[in-house]
Amino acid sequence: MNELTDLTISEAQGLLRAGQISAVELTEAHLERISALDGQIHAFLTIAADRALEQARRADARRLSGEAPPLLGIPLAYKDVLATEGVPTTCGSRILEGYLPPYTATAVARLAQAGAVMLGKTNMDEFAMGSSTENSAYQITANPWDLQRVPGGSSGGSAAAVAAHMVPGALGTDTGGSIRQPAALCGVVGLKPTYGRVSRYGLVAFASSLDQIGPLTRSVADAAALLGVIAGHDSQDSTSLPQPVPDYSRALREDVQGLRVGVPREYFIDGMAPEVEAGVRQAVELLQELGAEVHEVSLPHTDLALPVYYLIAPAECSANLARFEGIRYGPRAEAESMWDGYRATRGGGFGPEVKRRIMLGTYALSAGYYDAYYLKAQKVRTLIKRDFDQAFDQVDVIACPASPTTAFKVGERMDDPLQMYLSDVFTLAVNLAGICGISLPCGFDTRGLPIGLQIIGPALGEERILHAAYAYEQATDWHMRAPAL
Amino acid sequence: MTLSLEEVEHIAELAKLALSDEEKARYREQLSAILEYAARIQAVDTDDILPTATVLPLDTVLREDEVRPSMPREKLLAGSREHEQGMYRVNAVLDESA
Repeated sequence: MNELTDLTISEAQGLLRAGQISAVELTEAHLERISALDGQIHAFLTIAADRALEQARRADARRLSGEAPPLLGIPLAYKDVLATEGVPTTCGSRILEGYLPPYTATAVARLAQAGAVMLGKTNMDEFAMGSSTENSAYQITANPWDLQRVPGGSSGGSAAAVAAHMVPGALGTDTGGSIRQPAALCGVVGLKPTYGRVSRYGLVAFASSLDQIGPLTRSVADAAALLGVIAGHDSQDSTSLPQPVPDYSRALREDVQGLRVGVPREYFIDGMAPEVEAGVRQAVELLQELGAEVHEVSLPHTDLALPVYYLIAPAECSANLARFEGIRYGPRAEAESMWDGYRATRGGGFGPEVKRRIMLGTYALSAGYYDAYYLKAQKVRTLIKRDFDQAFDQVDVIACPASPTTAFKVGERMDDPLQMYLSDVFTLAVNLAGICGISLPCGFDTRGLPIGLQIIGPALGEERILHAAYAYEQATDWHMRAPAL
Repeated sequence: MTLSLEEVEHIAELAKLALSDEEKARYREQLSAILEYAARIQAVDTDDILPTATVLPLDTVLREDEVRPSMPREKLLAGSREHEQGMYRVNAVLDESA
């Protein structure tokens, strides 16, 4: 048998069901690995060890009494932007230091109901704004493949924890690539569901028309398993879709005969790492060898996704983050008047990137600039969405890189915000269009850093992207490699 | 496109952010660069294009207006550092000149 911390979720489920391991053993093994490694990786902001062991004991008792919900006894970790009742939820920000939410996010509650054990909360760029997790107010997370490099972001803590085998699965959130890009840089699987597929109740809002919660795992099957639990309508989120949730495990088929795979010419650009391009092109060739039909497609407005995103997302963030004024949650700065209190609490409580985006969004929404920036960006967003609608008339899925480069060095892009924003150039358009995408490992560069293949599907096309990703994964062994730690 | 220092101060005031002089100078430079980059969308013809505010195919979502228990007041107030008698405590809202 493998080390307990090497097990995927589906392998652990099998051993738990067969009574060969207990939930307590599995949880203890992961907690021990976290204690041994997190001093180097810094993936966790909160380690809820006592609570996790209590949940694991209860899982073992439930199994003894004949209950068997799908994730009974499976350890998971949650990005610290998801509300967890009674457990600190900081969003990586000083402005929420010490905050204990009075309720739990629907996605987390559904996993708990399915029997999952919460090991802790993971590090992130402050309020999910960033591409390297360096914008956390608390710590810098290391990429498990090279500790001098970033894990990507903003769900970098979740991606690093999964890659380092500190947990077999985690939740992240993706507003412009924040699940898929760190998954690519850490060599794990990350899935951004269709907008509305997963309830956002209890997800601290960054950009409400773009945010989605999704899984990070070490196999496509595990991503499907977690998605199946968290997806579905929630009366607490009026933007959650009413469509029934399919059995995603049925999409996990190796036969891709006749599957139409589109390769967008605009996603292979100057400035991308040649090894990334080669890795992704080889992955597409392999899909073709497996029976898929490959077609070149065009998404002509691709180069506008970045400027559109960096007007719309900051505009929404400037409105959403207005609620942090030091009165209802978090620390409050001393001041004579209420307005001075707001200014001082917000000026001191938010970090540089969050303030930059609030400023940018406030400007884009302000009198005299609304039409030229925000409204114009929303119109171009329509064109970007239309590009995908037209491409999906011709193909079933789109294959492209998840990130233009492999993991970059800590500090390398911190002085130039635009350079950092370019890290998400291949993932942003999917959020603007509200469709779904998955990133999975498709090779390593000469430095030994993982390369991510992104497979994009139309709205509610999760089964298609899981199908293509699973077929590719089963024909390769990239996902079997683990960093030397 | 370059923002003036006054514009930066105006935006910071709208957003209720106290910024140091150093921050104002840095944001002036960085926001100007980002806005210049974003200006490329102005060249796109969008005359007949409707804006996308949401990608959802949903109409307005309504629910029954029914009485149901809310979260206990004390539980919500517990998130606040300053509260008394079941209420949030805030500093003076109106100054003397108002």
